[in-house]
Formats: sequence, C-alpha cells, structure tokens
Amino acid sequence: MEWESVIGLEVHVSLSTKSKLFSGSASAFGAEPNTQANIFDLALPGTLPVFNAEALRMAVRFGLAIGAEIGKQSVFDRKNYFYPDLPKGYQITQLDFPTVGKGSLSVTLEDGTEKVIGVTRAHIEENAGKSLHEEFNEFSGIDLNRAGEPLLEIVSEPEITNAKEAVAYLKKLHSIVRYLDISDAIMAQGSMRCDVNVSIRPKNTTELGTRTEIKNINSFRFVEKAIYSEIRRQQEVIEDGGKIIQETRRYDSNKDITTPMRSKEVANDYRYFPEPDLLPIVIDDEYIAEIRAELPELPDAKKERFSKEYSLSNYDAGVLTATREMAEYFEEVAKGCGDPKLAANWVTGDLSALLNKNDLDISDSSIQAERLGNLLSRILDNTISGRIAKMVFETMIDDNDSVDSIIAKKGLKQVTDSGAIEKLVDEVIANNPDQVQQLKEGKDQVIGFLVGQAMRLSQGKANPGQVNQLLREKIMS
Amino acid sequence: MIEKTAAELSQALSSGELSSTELTQSYLDRISKHNRKLNAFITICEESALEQAKAADEKRATGDKSPLLGIPLAHKDIFCTKGVITSCGSHMLENFVAPYDATVVEKFKTAGAVMLGKTNMDEFAMGSSNETSFFGPVKNPWDLKRVPGGSSGGSAAAVAADLCVMATGTDTGGSIRQPAAFCGITGLKPSYGRVSRWGMIAFASSLDQAGTLSKSAEDAALMTNVMAGIDSKDSTSIDRPAEDYTATLNDSLDGLRIGIPKQHFAEGLSAKVEQAVREALKEYEKLGANITEVDLPNNHLSVSAYYVVAPAEASANLSRYDGVRYGHRCENPIDLEDMYKRTRSEGFGDEVKRRILIGTYALSAGYYDAYYKKAQKIRRLIKNDFIKAFEQVDVIVGPTSPHTAFGLGSKTDPVAMYLEDIYTIAVNLAGLPGISIPAGFANGLPIGMHIIGKDFGEGKLLNVAHQFQQQTDWHKRKPNFEPED
Repeated sequence: MEWESVIGLEVHVSLSTKSKLFSGSASAFGAEPNTQANIFDLALPGTLPVFNAEALRMAVRFGLAIGAEIGKQSVFDRKNYFYPDLPKGYQITQLDFPTVGKGSLSVTLEDGTEKVIGVTRAHIEENAGKSLHEEFNEFSGIDLNRAGEPLLEIVSEPEITNAKEAVAYLKKLHSIVRYLDISDAIMAQGSMRCDVNVSIRPKNTTELGTRTEIKNINSFRFVEKAIYSEIRRQQEVIEDGGKIIQETRRYDSNKDITTPMRSKEVANDYRYFPEPDLLPIVIDDEYIAEIRAELPELPDAKKERFSKEYSLSNYDAGVLTATREMAEYFEEVAKGCGDPKLAANWVTGDLSALLNKNDLDISDSSIQAERLGNLLSRILDNTISGRIAKMVFETMIDDNDSVDSIIAKKGLKQVTDSGAIEKLVDEVIANNPDQVQQLKEGKDQVIGFLVGQAMRLSQGKANPGQVNQLLREKIMS
Repeated sequence: MIEKTAAELSQALSSGELSSTELTQSYLDRISKHNRKLNAFITICEESALEQAKAADEKRATGDKSPLLGIPLAHKDIFCTKGVITSCGSHMLENFVAPYDATVVEKFKTAGAVMLGKTNMDEFAMGSSNETSFFGPVKNPWDLKRVPGGSSGGSAAAVAADLCVMATGTDTGGSIRQPAAFCGITGLKPSYGRVSRWGMIAFASSLDQAGTLSKSAEDAALMTNVMAGIDSKDSTSIDRPAEDYTATLNDSLDGLRIGIPKQHFAEGLSAKVEQAVREALKEYEKLGANITEVDLPNNHLSVSAYYVVAPAEASANLSRYDGVRYGHRCENPIDLEDMYKRTRSEGFGDEVKRRILIGTYALSAGYYDAYYKKAQKIRRLIKNDFIKAFEQVDVIVGPTSPHTAFGLGSKTDPVAMYLEDIYTIAVNLAGLPGISIPAGFANGLPIGMHIIGKDFGEGKLLNVAHQFQQQTDWHKRKPNFEPED
C-alpha cells in the first residue's frame, strides 16, 4: 500500500530578553550552574511572578511577521506536573488565550515551488531547569539557570507532508526569528528545539492516523532523519498488522531509530487552570501598530526586493536572503563594488563554498564584506582579471592585508600597457600561424584560443579585452 | 499599659512618658508568662525585638513621630521574615528561614514597628479553628478550652490576651474576621489587591489577602496606612493612590445606608448572636443610619464554590514543597517518586492533604468544567449580588460567625468546619473588604459583627466600625485567663 505522512511541528525558541520571563534574573547561555536563579526561580514560598513585557513585544513581533492574529487579551495558565527541574511544580504557559493566533509562513520546496504552511498558534511560556544525571554518582544535579527563561512555542498546522518540508519550515522559522532579532535560535545550544508529531495514512485518504510525538530534537538534520525513521517504523507496524499507539518517543541518532519514552517521564493530566498570580495581558491597536512599524524587512519581502532591485534570479535571491546576516553581507558587497550581479555570484559561489568547507557562519567569515567589495571593485576597474581575483581571494583568507596591498605584493596587477600587450600579441601571432589562418577564414571561435595563449604568456595579468581587440586588429587588417 | 491601643501608646511614646524598650520588655515578659498556656506564638524574637525597640527610641529622640514607631506587633507565621523561621504552621517548613522579608514585613520595619515574634496559625492557613497547626492548637483567651478561630488564631489570641499591641493576619475565606470575632477584637480584611502578597506564603492566590488584627478600628486604620499600596513585586496588587484611613474615621454616619442580607440572618444562626447584631444595628440607627434588607441570593453557593477554587489553587501552590530545594525532606529516599511521596506525606498534615486532593480532583481532566469552571461562574454571580446590593446601600452588616467560639476538638467533621465561614467566604470570592468588630457577649464569649464594604471601601468600613466603638465598649473588654497566682 502507498502511504502518506502528516507532520506537525512544535518549535520552542528562547526569546533573547535580558532577564527571565517572570523574574529579574539574567538568562544568558553558559553561566555556571545555579548562578542565574533568584528566589522566584527557586520557587521560595511567598514569591510571585512579574511578567517581562519585553517577551510580549517579541511574541507580538513574531505574530505580525507571520501575519497572525494577535491576542488582544492573553491569559497565563498553570501546567501542573512534578519534576525536580520544575521548581514551582507547575509551568506558567498560555493555554486558551495565546498571544499569537493563526498565521502562516511560506517555504520554498526543492522543486522551487512555494508552499504555505499554517501556524496554529504561538504562546509564551517559561522554560524548566536542567537535570544533570551524570557526574553526581547516584544523585541527580539540578541547574536552574534556564528555569524561567522565556520561550515562544510555535505550533504548526498538521500540513507538512514530508521530512524535507519539515526542515524547510524549520529553517524558515529560524530565519524569521533571527531576522526579528527575538532569538539566537541556536539548535545546538537549545535556544531552538523541536517536537515533531507524525502520523501516516493510506495515500489520498483524509482521515488522520494515530500520531506519535518525537520530543526534543536538536538539529535540522536529526529532524529530517527522525521523521524518516518514524515514518518507516509506523509503516512497518501497520503493515505487520499492528496499531500505532499515541505516545511520546525520542530519537536515538546513533541507532537512527525512535524509542518510546518511559511513561513516568510523560505526565498525562496537567490540570491546567488560569494563573491567579498574573492578570491577563491586555494590548490595544496602538501597541500593535507601534510594533508593526518597527518590524524589519522580512525574508520574503527582502527576496522580492533583491530579485527586482538587483535583477537576481529567484534562486539567488532566495539564497542571499536565507539569513539576515547573508543578506546584509551581500548588500554591503554589492554597494561596495557597484555591481550586484557580480556580488551575488561571488557571495553564492566562492564565499559560500569557503564557508561551507570550514563550517562557518557568514558572520565568522575571515573575509569581511568590505574587503570582498574592494576585491570586486578591482575586477571592475580592470586592475585584475576575474581569474586573478580568485587567487587574491584565496590569499585573503589568511592574509588580513588590504586587497590592493595583496595585489601589489604579489605583482598581480593587470597589464594594460598597450606596448606590452602588443608584444604579447605579436608573439602569439608568430607562434600560432595555423590558428591565425583559421581566424582569417572566418572561424571566429579560434579567437578564444589565441586570447588564452596571450593570457598564459602574461601569467593571467594581461587585460583579456585589450588582447582580444588587438589580436583582431592585427590579424584582420 | 499593655492593654492600650497603638493610638494611645503612640501618644505615650511621643510624649516621652514611655519608651519602646520598656513597652517591648513588658510584652516579652507577658509572652514568656502566658504563651505556654495560649500557644499563640511559634517564634519569639526577644533579642531582635529589643534591638528594634532601642532603634525606635533613638529615632523618637530625634523627633520622629511616625505613629507606629516603637509599637510592638506580631506577624502571622505566613509572612516571610528574613533570618527568622517562617513555618506557615507546618512541619514542611518547620525549619525554613526565608532569605527575604515579605513586603508587609518590610513596610512595618520601615514604619519602625517592633516585631515580637511570629504567631501560630492553621497549617498553610487551612482551617477555621487553629487546630490544624503542626505546633498545636492555640487556646482562646476567653476560655482556654475553646478555639480562637482560624486560621489567624495565634494573632487574634495574642492581641486579645495583650501579648502584643496588634498583629498581622491573612484572610482567604474568613481567617482574620472569624478569629477576631471569637477573640473579641477588631479584624480587617482589605479588598483583594489592596495589600501586596509578596512574601506571604500562598494558600489560594486569588483569595488571599493580608490584613490586620487589632484592639480598635483606629488601630486597624493605622496598620492599613502602613500596609496598603501597590507593589511592583505583586502583579495583582492594585494601583490606587495611598489613602489616610485615619482621616475619615470621624465622618458622620448620618444618612448611612446599611444593608442587612436576609441570608445572613437565616437558619443556623445562634439566637444570641443574632440578638447582639440587631442591638448593634440600633446603635447605628441612633447615629443616623438607615437600615434596609438586601438580597444576596447566591450566598448559599459560596462555601461550595470556595471549596473548589481555594483547594484547586492550593493544590498547585503547594506543589513546590517537594523536598528538592528547602523544607522537609524524607530520610533516605530510594528514588525520586519515593522522595516526593514520603516528603509530602510526612510534611503535610491531614487537612492540607485533604485540600490538595480536593483541588487536584477538581482540576482533573473531565472534571474541570463541572467543578472549577462552574465554581468560577458562581463566583461571578456572587460578585454580581454584591454589586446589585451596593446600588442601594453603603455597607452590608451581619454576624461574622453563626455562633461564638466552639470547644477544642468539638468539630471533627470537615464539612461542618467549612460551614464556619458561611458569612465571610463570599466576601473573599467577591474580593471585597470586610471587618469584624466586637458587638456583645454570649455566655462570656465575644460576638463579632461583620461589616462588608464596596471595592476599596476600607475607609468607609473603618469609619463605620470606629463610630460604633465610640458608642460602645465591647472592644475594650478583656478576657481573664490568668489563674490566680
């Protein structure tokens, strides 16, 4: 039987507020255990939550960015369960009245088509602390630095049909929250986490199958692999006559399988009720308008602008706007050299290859946008050829010197002196009588060979345009 | 002098005829003499009290005339006090020392009041008799075989027995007003949100409110002046300008409209209590008040609604007592679940466990709509009843409790105990202010009269109570619990 899968994602992003969601503690990543936990975070008796309005602004920014309905009145609820890293014994979250309602975002699929995926809601909630089960010899350690850190949980509609789409959706979310500057969204550090709901059904049917939830996946690649693995498992179970149990599973990346979580780790009745220590958050149109006015240009708009303003292909515009840093880098290079197309070719080509090879983010690139812009300017003003530029580029990776110094130092400046070029051309004509004859007979493509010979003689430094012109003049006259 | 009110003592301190050190020492002596009998205090802070008294005397000497400067008071053991154990009447927190002061505590410190100690209470404020305290029951100074009421029973008994000038309390369903009635003193529960809850150990967050136990309405006004106000640390505290509650104490009651809810004078009310309250109403008529009957048709639902909402909130509020970070932890747990189970089984008393179970049940999947949601609807109906009644009247008057203090150990049925608060609970559900003042005696036991005000009508309540106390001396009567030496 042919199957199709239905996938929904629940993505948690840590909001990069200065302090925690309900207390004044800092929420920086990587501090010594329990140094960022105050009396509220420790749930000492008598302490009360005070809502951090910065988190609200961030959530509303996100909501507006995905065209969502913004809850004019959002209500916090208590989600009750016992766990040592949950100091109050309940998590403060939003159940029935989230700050962000229905919205959507569009992703570009591998075949280049766009697909709109619905976002059911996004709600604000606090993070739990961290349990450390190793290195305490029969005991567990608790680190409450993370406890109370603000999260935005973004829930998708079950409209994703395969693993690749899921990853495209995740990457788009990642891009949006980073454009909005509301989260670092670094999966490896846990500031973006993903739970995946997966079910399968016979192809072209409408009834949803029983779903399982795979919790806490921490990389794009593992999300993709976990989905493949879980779909495979569900197919096998059903084809063997079994039934899918609704349960929570975890992905074991070493074995590439999903395994059920122990039932003890999964509470089944959270006994939600409205948090009586906090008033509902009421916001008005003015507040929303203010935040809307502050929104930066978002990936989709930027992509459209890039392709129009810089006459870039849809694909290039997509690549160049995938992250805000990439887009900013590109625009700086384009402005620096004045030729957006050339800039696009270099950023998506040599530069991206370099970053990929070294597994670097564009913000860590040893070649800053300004330097790349200078390099391209030297191509455009004929100081060097494109081929020499690649050599200079290679040098620039380890050499922080200016582009001009490197060109001078290495003696790579293009030869444009007509006397020198004439010498070269004469030498080429003398050495290649057959090809000269062919050109005279009208076999025009031979010119490429002859120019190439001249370039070789000049070790790439001759101006190919000038060579070309002079060759034609001498042979045809 | 130990029987005097704060207002009177403040004058004596101001004029220099008395020092806070002398005064504080007198109370400490009295506490050490009588506390064993009454069990009103859990912790006595002799040393720090005398230090604070000395500091207050020094301040007085510089001309500081703050009304509560140097006045000895007691805090209910539900308020966190930096460096002093805050037990909440529970084995769970028997040795818990908070690293911070509750806002209420801090405000009294700033006002220069002297903290004598921490008073006994029903465990986590769950009880109406003070019998659920891990530290044993408090005795009613009017009859040591009777309960002082609860949950602020220690504070009420301490004030009534002159072990302190005044005391703080908290009121979730009647926990200030009912013990004030049973002990013959004045007990004010302000409007919800009037006083910060920061540092006040939570029982039911949407109902809990800090208030005062004192020897007069005037003293309650002095205390409320200190306690009231918005607090950025409590999101449910209300942003209203500070009021001077003493300024309106002497306003005329001529033309005051008093409402008498027929539901508060119905079956179950003791004849003597009813008679005392009706006599008191005559005093008000003499002062020019008009009395009309009002209807609170949903009052009979208040106890049921309360015993869903309050335990539901409590079940979550008490989850933090898990043995992980502070408080009691069982010996040698074999695993996490064992630690949770034994820690909480050992740390909590029966009444607390009962309410956690009720609350957990009421919030459970499949029951939430039938219990919690419905109770919240009833809560709105009750609030609407009051809003409607207050269209016709300025205050509502009735008995605080259906009867006078009952015998220790005499109420074993939890539901009978819950019905103790039948007149007071609706006020918490509606978030209104209420005060209980002495209005007579039956068989030597005090009777409390309950006055309910509009939202943030504390000023009017205190005015109405004070005017009554200008005409009567019920609040000045003293218990004689001291056996012949």
